[in-house]
Amino acid sequence: METTSDRLLWMYRTMVEIREYEETMAKVYLEGKLPPKIQKGLAFDIGAGPAPGEMHLAAGQEPVAVGVCAHLRKEDTVVGAHRSHHFAIAKGVPLNAMTAEMFGKVTGLGRGKGGHMHLFDPEHKFSCSGIVGAGAPQACGAALAARKLGKDWVAIAFFGEGAANQGAFHEALNLAALWQLPVVFVCEDNKYGISVEKGDSTAIASNADRAAGYGMPGVLVEKNDALAVFEAAGVAIDRARRGEGPTLIEVKTDRYYGHFQGDPETYRPKGEVKELREHDPIPALGGVLRAQGLLDDARDAELRDAIKAKVQAAFEFARQSPYPDVAEAHQHVFAD
Amino acid sequence: MTTQHKSRTLTMAQAISEAIGQEMERDERVFVMGEDVGKYGGIFSATTGLYERFGKERIMDTPISETAFMGAAIGAAAEGLRPIAELMFVDFFGVCFDQIYNHLAKNTYMAGGNIKLPAVVMTGIGGGYNDAAQHSQCLYASFAHMPGMKVVVPSNAYDAKGLMVEAIRDDNPVVYCYHKGIMGLSWMSYFEGSTNEVPEEAYAIPFGKARVVREGTDVTIVTLSQMVQKAVLAADLLANEGISAEIIDLRTIVPLDTETVLASVAKTGRLLVADEDYLHFGLSGEIAALVAEHLDSIRLHAPVRRLAVNAVPIPFSRPLEQHVIPQVDGIVAAVKAQLATPIGL
Ligand SMILES: Cc1ncc(C[n+]2csc(CCOP(=O)(O)OP(=O)(O)O)c2C)c(N)n1
Ligand SMILES: [Mg+2]
Repeated sequence: METTSDRLLWMYRTMVEIREYEETMAKVYLEGKLPPKIQKGLAFDIGAGPAPGEMHLAAGQEPVAVGVCAHLRKEDTVVGAHRSHHFAIAKGVPLNAMTAEMFGKVTGLGRGKGGHMHLFDPEHKFSCSGIVGAGAPQACGAALAARKLGKDWVAIAFFGEGAANQGAFHEALNLAALWQLPVVFVCEDNKYGISVEKGDSTAIASNADRAAGYGMPGVLVEKNDALAVFEAAGVAIDRARRGEGPTLIEVKTDRYYGHFQGDPETYRPKGEVKELREHDPIPALGGVLRAQGLLDDARDAELRDAIKAKVQAAFEFARQSPYPDVAEAHQHVFAD
Repeated sequence: MTTQHKSRTLTMAQAISEAIGQEMERDERVFVMGEDVGKYGGIFSATTGLYERFGKERIMDTPISETAFMGAAIGAAAEGLRPIAELMFVDFFGVCFDQIYNHLAKNTYMAGGNIKLPAVVMTGIGGGYNDAAQHSQCLYASFAHMPGMKVVVPSNAYDAKGLMVEAIRDDNPVVYCYHKGIMGLSWMSYFEGSTNEVPEEAYAIPFGKARVVREGTDVTIVTLSQMVQKAVLAADLLANEGISAEIIDLRTIVPLDTETVLASVAKTGRLLVADEDYLHFGLSGEIAALVAEHLDSIRLHAPVRRLAVNAVPIPFSRPLEQHVIPQVDGIVAAVKAQLATPIGL
């Protein structure tokens, strides 16, 4: 991505791809999970259908993923959390293997053993986990390794505002600042940790303010806007690459779906999501591109068609792929 | 069970929240802390309706800070309160285990009995719905392994209520493990046997009293939690083939009702332990060792068998997950194999 216009287009395309992916997953996830095909009396069966288990979707949070990853190289490390499809896509994790993983198929990233919360792609240096707060220290380790190996690679830890109350997060910040590690902590404030509003979990308004307590810059991105994230992340990542240490960025972003698919969302004010969707960051960036002559209706339709086809192909690949043989259950506990 | 009082059919989740609510009414020292226990009513509905009744001072949503609220439970318990701290999934104990095993479990002992910690750690366990390696474990044996914690693992609503009442009234730390797949949630398939008649009034079930779920003569199946429900289905299938299985639901593993287990195995001469926790260094080995230590008074007709998760994390992929977690057909097969394998020599 040489020029700024390349990056702008990449961000737009990637946001469209993430949204398409999440919206497709939202539907496919429900296949087989609803009455009448499930146990009598149930409204929903989490363990049924082609993609069973929990499903945390990131629609609405695309600006965080693309604004940061637009600055990354393949050698840079990204560590996500439970809601990580957007980061994976923006880091270049192949859709086919990622989708197959969420279907539990042998062609998946982890041969079907990890699942949606546990995506590992060493080639694209991406991983994520279901333990809230666990990623930040691991990103420090990747950053430490880069330095020990004499590389100018950086590591990004993505996590939610809920995770910023975990001890692991605070320990990681101190470690990163103490050792001046090339790591950037990116907190997605989507206002909720499951049902708990930020104001009911966190004593201060902005996690960016916490950075001062650890001796690193803290930046608050107030708008769910790809360009704003792009700008803040650019400064932080350049700084990390130059060996000048870590930064903490918090982005105010929006969660369009429930915490997980099937979440009754009774804790959420009626109409909130509708209101949030009125500030959709994708058309907003599209507008910027149009103003610069980088996008028009024809081009938009063309790229959306291509993305639809790519996403459909990934789900088709996942559906067609075989499950692992049950004997595989006993393999890979240890490395060969 | 007193029959003159009213009872109705409740899910295990309803029974647990009813028990907590009744104890909160009875004793104002009781309160609940945990993630999403308030407005949401608990991810697995163990606190549904309590926030509306008792308010946010007694049903406290916490930040995602397990070490902080687990430690706070210890501090509050030492002051004489009776906290219930919900660890949403037992798998998350890793985040806060120091508070649990180095402090909650040991302080009474280290204080020479001068401190009481009447805290309940309530937690969701188990797999079967494809939540993969970090959200599907049982781990109750890990708590039981370390001295100082009572460990409760109910299999049905009636027991769940009585054991929760006992847990809250107990002056010691109690780890209360509910299996997600028997809570009777509207969004997860479950075993109907776990939803049963529950009296309206509060009642306590003493710890350390296993329940003989079903009497039998050919084999003793020692089990607990969701696996009890699987064992019942397996015993039905076995009965069709003329095999009579006795099922022991341990209900609590600390304290462990050794008498009931030993008496049953002495009667049947065969022991199968059916467990959803990890196989090695855990519950099934403990029960097998118990029987081995009493072979002076027990004559086994077949080697002991164990079914549990055999040395692998819980895989996500559905067929793999169903394969590593013992199922009804696995219990049936294990019993038949046992009947076909007499003691050697
Ligand atoms: C250690 C740990 N505690 C609790 C949970 C349960 N849990 C999963 S996601 C979540 C909320 C996370 O909120 P946030 O960090 O804001 O991320 P978001 O879901 O909003 O993306 C919770 C409590 C967990 N997975 N791990
Ligand atoms: Mg959040």
